[in-house]
Amino acid sequence: MVNITLNGKQIQVEKNLTIMEAAKQNGVMIPSLCFLKEINEIGACRVCVVEIEGKDLLVPSCNTRVEEGMVIYTNSPKVQSARESIVQMILSQHEFKCATCVRNGNCGLQKVAQDLNILEVPFPTEIEYQDWDQTFPIIRDSAKCIKCMRCVQICDKVQGLKVWDILNTGKRTSVNVRDNQDISKVNCAICGQCITHCPTGALRERDDTRKVLRAIESEDKIVVVQIAPAVRTAWGEQLGLSKEEASVGKMVAAVRRLGVNYVFDTDFSADLTIMEEGMELLDRVKSAAKPMPMFTSCCPGWVRFMKLEYPEYVEHLSTAKSPQQMFGAVTKSYFAEKLGVDPNQIFCVSIMPCVAKKYEADVEQVNDSEADKDVDAVLTTRELVRMMHMCQVNVDRLEEEEFDSPLGTGSGAGVIFGATGGVMEAALRSAYYFLNGENPGPDDFAVVRGEDGIREATVEIAGVKLRAAIVSGLGNTRKLMEKLKKKQVEYDFIEIMTCPGGCAGGGGQPIHDGEERAKERGDILYQLDQDSTLRFSHENPDVQTMYQEYFKEPLSEVSHHLLHTHQKDWEL
Amino acid sequence: MSRLLMAAADKVETTTETMMREFEQRIVASPPGVCPVDLQLAFLKVCHAQTCGKCVPCRVGLRQLENLLETVMNNEGTMETLELIERTAKSIQNTADCAIGFEAARMVLVGMEGFREDYISHVTQKKCIGAFEQPIPCIALCPAHVDIPGYVALVKEERYEDAVRLIRKDNPFPTACALVCEHPCEERCRRNMLDSSVNIRGLKRFAVEKIHADVAQVPKKAETTGKKIAIIGGGPSGLTAAYFLQLMGHQTVVFEEKEKLGGMLRYGIPNYRFPRTRLEEDVNAILSTGVEVRYGQKIGRDVTLEELRREYAAVYISIGAQIDKKFEIEGSQSNHVIPAVNMLREIGEGTTPDFSGKRVVVIGGGNVAMDCARTAIRANAKSVNIVYRRREKDMTASPDEVRGAIEEGVELTVLQAPLRIEADEQGNVAALWTQPQISGVYDKAGRPSPVKAKKEPEKIQCDMILLAIGQEIESESFAKEGVEVKRNRLVVDESGCVAGMPGVYAGGDCVSGPATVIKAIAAGKTVAANIDEYLGFEHKIRCDIEIPEPAMDNKIPSGRIHLTEREAIERKCDFEGIENSMSLEEAQQESSRCLRCDHHGCGVLRGGRELEW
Repeated sequence: MVNITLNGKQIQVEKNLTIMEAAKQNGVMIPSLCFLKEINEIGACRVCVVEIEGKDLLVPSCNTRVEEGMVIYTNSPKVQSARESIVQMILSQHEFKCATCVRNGNCGLQKVAQDLNILEVPFPTEIEYQDWDQTFPIIRDSAKCIKCMRCVQICDKVQGLKVWDILNTGKRTSVNVRDNQDISKVNCAICGQCITHCPTGALRERDDTRKVLRAIESEDKIVVVQIAPAVRTAWGEQLGLSKEEASVGKMVAAVRRLGVNYVFDTDFSADLTIMEEGMELLDRVKSAAKPMPMFTSCCPGWVRFMKLEYPEYVEHLSTAKSPQQMFGAVTKSYFAEKLGVDPNQIFCVSIMPCVAKKYEADVEQVNDSEADKDVDAVLTTRELVRMMHMCQVNVDRLEEEEFDSPLGTGSGAGVIFGATGGVMEAALRSAYYFLNGENPGPDDFAVVRGEDGIREATVEIAGVKLRAAIVSGLGNTRKLMEKLKKKQVEYDFIEIMTCPGGCAGGGGQPIHDGEERAKERGDILYQLDQDSTLRFSHENPDVQTMYQEYFKEPLSEVSHHLLHTHQKDWEL
Repeated sequence: MSRLLMAAADKVETTTETMMREFEQRIVASPPGVCPVDLQLAFLKVCHAQTCGKCVPCRVGLRQLENLLETVMNNEGTMETLELIERTAKSIQNTADCAIGFEAARMVLVGMEGFREDYISHVTQKKCIGAFEQPIPCIALCPAHVDIPGYVALVKEERYEDAVRLIRKDNPFPTACALVCEHPCEERCRRNMLDSSVNIRGLKRFAVEKIHADVAQVPKKAETTGKKIAIIGGGPSGLTAAYFLQLMGHQTVVFEEKEKLGGMLRYGIPNYRFPRTRLEEDVNAILSTGVEVRYGQKIGRDVTLEELRREYAAVYISIGAQIDKKFEIEGSQSNHVIPAVNMLREIGEGTTPDFSGKRVVVIGGGNVAMDCARTAIRANAKSVNIVYRRREKDMTASPDEVRGAIEEGVELTVLQAPLRIEADEQGNVAALWTQPQISGVYDKAGRPSPVKAKKEPEKIQCDMILLAIGQEIESESFAKEGVEVKRNRLVVDESGCVAGMPGVYAGGDCVSGPATVIKAIAAGKTVAANIDEYLGFEHKIRCDIEIPEPAMDNKIPSGRIHLTEREAIERKCDFEGIENSMSLEEAQQESSRCLRCDHHGCGVLRGGRELEW
């Protein structure tokens, strides 16, 4: 412990804390912009500067550590004046058209400027304009970039992709795609972690809300919505709802208020994925026809990463489509038949915690129904919230409602797909049943849960030993792939999710500056699983009915046609 | 009104002068890795600010050059823009009335040739090659990339053993480098922007005074791999490779031609600069890792490269540049004409020469010439005269060495080119005839070339001539065994590997030609990593020492602490070390001058501390 004086108050704080951390622990908030704990502690924006008694120069509180006897002023006149200048400098190179900015009301720069009551900028504006491919799922607006370097760091240090880089030097220093390349030509996994870690509106997802609104307006379109598991953990966060208020039933009701015709659950197709992928796994274990280990393939960011960086492993991916694409394929075949309509009359919308899903839906080779596209539009959780605003949905007044039938039933196993380890656990629950003819305890495979980016577990089912690995985050994925390549490790089944913590921490989820919420959102999913009366994918009655009526059995010819894909052929 | 005015101190003038001096220092401390075109543009603006405005080329032309460079920097230029820049600059150079104009234009032309690729990238790729890589200047400029801010901070905290251990993460010769490194790390020290560079070598010296290298603990070795590696030559490069390869778990065997280890550190540098007892400290620490040494082994005589390749998993050739460069002038075969390397080697072997009563002439202007001259003084020579064909300023020896030599009584005879050596009837040297020179136009490297003056040759009477005109590499036996050799130097690829011989590596002076200790060490480090990888391993060398946080009171301009030497009158009488270490007080002040570029500036974002390699 060290003794410091913080704004006139003598306190004891832990050694090795930064001034910012020490202040925060004592209820003193210091504004910051570029700081991201452990990822970007570079003292670049200088907004967090503080005054130390006896020192002429101000120091950044984000990367200066407390010392015995330090007398710190976090808000002295000198600090206030410097901070104001700094923010004015940043604003002189930022296009603050806040009214039309997607981050209006949730912007680090806007907040700092408001907190400091900055009403004018004494410098001429100098905005950097660069072209951008507006069709790409990630949209970058150079005019709003404040060069905080967070995107560069998250992409490098956490995802290990180095898509973003710092270009040029001096006054022309700029952030853009590495080597000034086209984003669609580099190894971007479209995870969207750069978006959720951007303090401003310089990075966002491609907005597809209007596409969906047009379909809703159109008389001859039947709009069918699927909602991914992780969306229900986060949709209320920016609507001012508590965890309890933001229930699944309320979410269903809110989505229905947008004017769509059917509100279904991606949990349903998650269960379907388990039927196909689980059987495929057992098939691989038994027949050795296809290479081992088998990788999950639900995550399009991961599929892209593998195709770009480890193409030699592509045959190791489960051929089962992701729940999103299974849902699209089923909607435009089985469900269209049930309704007795032309599949093209259905407009299939998926609401995802993910940006890469926008890419996946557009991959030509994954569209197998009779319709032009299996999934017509993908909205992130953030876009869903924006649409609720656009349609003036008053969430406070909504009663809980049920998902529609028949694609609205999901098991607890389907729900946990949204957390790291969830796909693995769901698959193991059903694999146990397939091999033993009876269910395991629903929590027998809880060993695969956890927060570490790379986890291992060995489970035994009916005498078959399965060596499993669970990875989230692409930096961790690369580590595992390198070990695998060098034969330092051996597994049978590997679950990979691109975003740290899985889809709950997805790049399409609501943004909370400096906070990682994957864990607490994942906990909601595990709680929903606990509370569910249905804990096994193979027990989903609607899935069972569909097999009886349509697919006959997992890995049948029809299911191969509609529910499986060859990722090798996917266009990037 | 007075007819003439008295000059009085003017505040504007003195401030401007200070500013210009500071600007000069700032240029000295230019960080590596910035865009050269941008820097050129900035220089051009300074040049234009110096213009009086009288003439068109300077007033308008430089402005237009600025505009054109601005276009290039904005990535809006084309190849035509580059042509126009060139044409305009040439016109300005040809037409400007004074140096302010034609020199500004010439600088642009030099830049266009020197970093043409950068220009082309800006106009064709629309991007800067330089990019955002402004690493920590001292670490970047140290060939071995030693963690300088790290150990300087440790010295400040009086954690000397940690400092030595941190240095050894990249360089197992902390003592040698503390005493004789040319310290390229200090060149662009950002401290130059405030006052002058940190005395980095001096601080390292202080650390190894406080704890000798053979006392500071060496790291634990990795598990034994069972691989054996032959190292040819036990100089700084070979021993560096041996040390790191041992830590990686391999077994190295050093084949040394001489009786002792150290190479040029022992057989090239006189004791007064690098006392042998201090060399032993580094060598002992290195040997403590289990390096095996076979003395008296010469390749081509006692063992062949082919045999080593068969017996060992990898071979590192680090034979240095041990033999003298031939000096072909009339009379060079006379008695008492001695190559510097021979004399220094004998001293290294333990023989102290006695030149009592002799008039000694040293030919050359490098550090070796200074070593010879100062050794001759200590060997009791009657007079010592360094003959050099250029000016004192053009000598490649470090200014400190030249000054030290003069203090000890060495005379410099400059602008005299050796013509012939006159011998007496017994064939002994009697005199050196020289041709006076004048300093002429600059050569490509920016040094004025000596040109024969219209003067008669001069005679310098002497009894002994020491030739310090350079060293050569004894590479024939390797050439015979198929190693590619160009101008006597071994040829390797960027990993240090000899072409067509997988597993055979070479580095140090035998590849680069005679260079510095730290470069030889860096080559050994590089090759150690590459041999490890070649053998299929991924051993990492790391040092888990926590680096102290930077202090906040390090930004006040203060004087650099220089190392002092023993008084000339005293030190010239013996071969003992001449340099004094800092006091604790001095080391404290000097280490606190470090601006900690590992924490401030871009080092904290990119290109910063390397924790392992």
